[in-house]
Amino acid sequence: MTLSITSLANPTRFLSFAGKVIPWLAALVVILLGAGLYLSFFVAPPDYQQGETVRIMFIHVPAAWLGMFGYMVIALSALGTLIWRHPLADVSAKAAAPIGATFTFLALVTGSLWGKPMWGTYWVWDARLTSMLVLFLLYLGLIALWQAIEEPGRAGRAAAILALVGAINIPIIKFSVDWWNTLHQPASVFRSGGPSIDPALLTPLFVMAAAFTVLFVLLHLMAMRAEILRRRVHALQQSRVAHAALAEA
Amino acid sequence: MTAAIALLARDVSLAWREGGAIGVALGFYLMVIAIAPFGLGPDLNLLSRTAPGLLWVALLLAALLSADRIFHNDYEDGTLDVLATGPLPLPIVAASKSLAHWITTCVPLALLAPVLGLLLNLSIETIPLLVLAMLAGTPAVSFIAGIGASLTLGLRRSGLLLALLVLPLYVPVLIFGVSTVSAAITGPGSPWPPLMMLCAISLASMILAPLAAAAALRLNLR
Amino acid sequence: MPDLGTFDLGPHASFIIAAYAVTFAAVAALTLATLADDRKQRRLLAELEAQGITRRSAAKPSDIQKPTVKRSASNQDTGGKKTPA
Repeated sequence: MTLSITSLANPTRFLSFAGKVIPWLAALVVILLGAGLYLSFFVAPPDYQQGETVRIMFIHVPAAWLGMFGYMVIALSALGTLIWRHPLADVSAKAAAPIGATFTFLALVTGSLWGKPMWGTYWVWDARLTSMLVLFLLYLGLIALWQAIEEPGRAGRAAAILALVGAINIPIIKFSVDWWNTLHQPASVFRSGGPSIDPALLTPLFVMAAAFTVLFVLLHLMAMRAEILRRRVHALQQSRVAHAALAEA
Repeated sequence: MTAAIALLARDVSLAWREGGAIGVALGFYLMVIAIAPFGLGPDLNLLSRTAPGLLWVALLLAALLSADRIFHNDYEDGTLDVLATGPLPLPIVAASKSLAHWITTCVPLALLAPVLGLLLNLSIETIPLLVLAMLAGTPAVSFIAGIGASLTLGLRRSGLLLALLVLPLYVPVLIFGVSTVSAAITGPGSPWPPLMMLCAISLASMILAPLAAAAALRLNLR
Repeated sequence: MPDLGTFDLGPHASFIIAAYAVTFAAVAALTLATLADDRKQRRLLAELEAQGITRRSAAKPSDIQKPTVKRSASNQDTGGKKTPA
């Protein structure tokens, strides 16, 4: 069976594909997370500048990457909805939003917990954390719009428009936040791990990033499956009402 | 072209005649600036340093809270359907209505700002720059609000939802808008680079935002 | 071989533990919520199928006049399993 985005457009085919792939992905996540956690705690040496708290970076940086990855998935799905009219594109976007928002939220929280020992405060308006905050707000807007519009097709298309507007704005927002930050804090721009990351820290970082990515894909497929089923339930409930009404008549 | 101008003239005169909505926006602006010192304390130094930021944020909120008016009235009485099927391309309709919002809401707010700045001890020399920056940046505010208005057409609580959707997109306008003024007050740097960025963002919004708004209108008018 | 003997997370151990704990909690919550949603939809689908409403029963004109026919034919007391479409 050739596997392509077009061949998976059929919801039933997608469901069976998802059902086969999900257990493997779950196993892969467990393995990667296990390896990543082991590397993070027992293999990676404490950074000479930051001590043990560098271990928070092994969550913070991958979570930030996945937050951005999630928005890319939504933007691509939005193109699929608006331009190519792929039937499952809006399902993909709707499923990805809470997952991406959660990773972005984790990036913010772990960044804050990393910041307290490092800079002494729970929050700084540095370029990276501020950009993460704005990304989180964009996610919230998308989710709010989905909740507000009842009909799934219309909600999907409206959210797709909003997602693309946000995607176009993200470079501008990033540029303005960077500019704003250098304006107010010319002295030090804190970068993760300093100007260059010790190679010994790279391996755990990438393993955790890989683990998070597979986790994203796993949760995404699961959420898409649930959303497809939800729409079937909704359609059946509508037809039940129609049947009952016709039976009365 | 004349049709677009006629539409603009109609929307502007409707808004002026209605009067109340503009008055409410101006009153809201005054209200927020008037109560801010109660939260910040009467220290004039602090107020004058935070004045540009406060004036900008309150302007954004006042403009946003009247933004669901952009398409709402015409949506309710069916005029929007007529406009959508008429000879004017829908992006032009969206642009014209956003421009009407700018003329009838943002410009009065920007002109009121200097007066309110006095309440916050804004230094007098920066007032022309403040008004200039606001006039340069508020087209972006109106046109991006137009996207939000078209996306939330007909929804309950559309005002708050619109603000939620659109505020993150205002971050660049806010950053450059405030920097223009505070660069003149405290330095460093000259106010002209951020002002140029404001103009660029406004111009880009005036061209691109109506396309998105029209797509959302088409979606909601079906 | 890494030294597992002295497992000391340093003076900021509580922050490190908190970070990993929040991550674990968030990921667990997300996973469980997705699973719960999935189960709920399957349950609703099963209920609807038990009532004889299937996706193939998009109303054909003949069915509309006699909606009970399909229902009694498929509502077996013994198994409740529908005949495959």
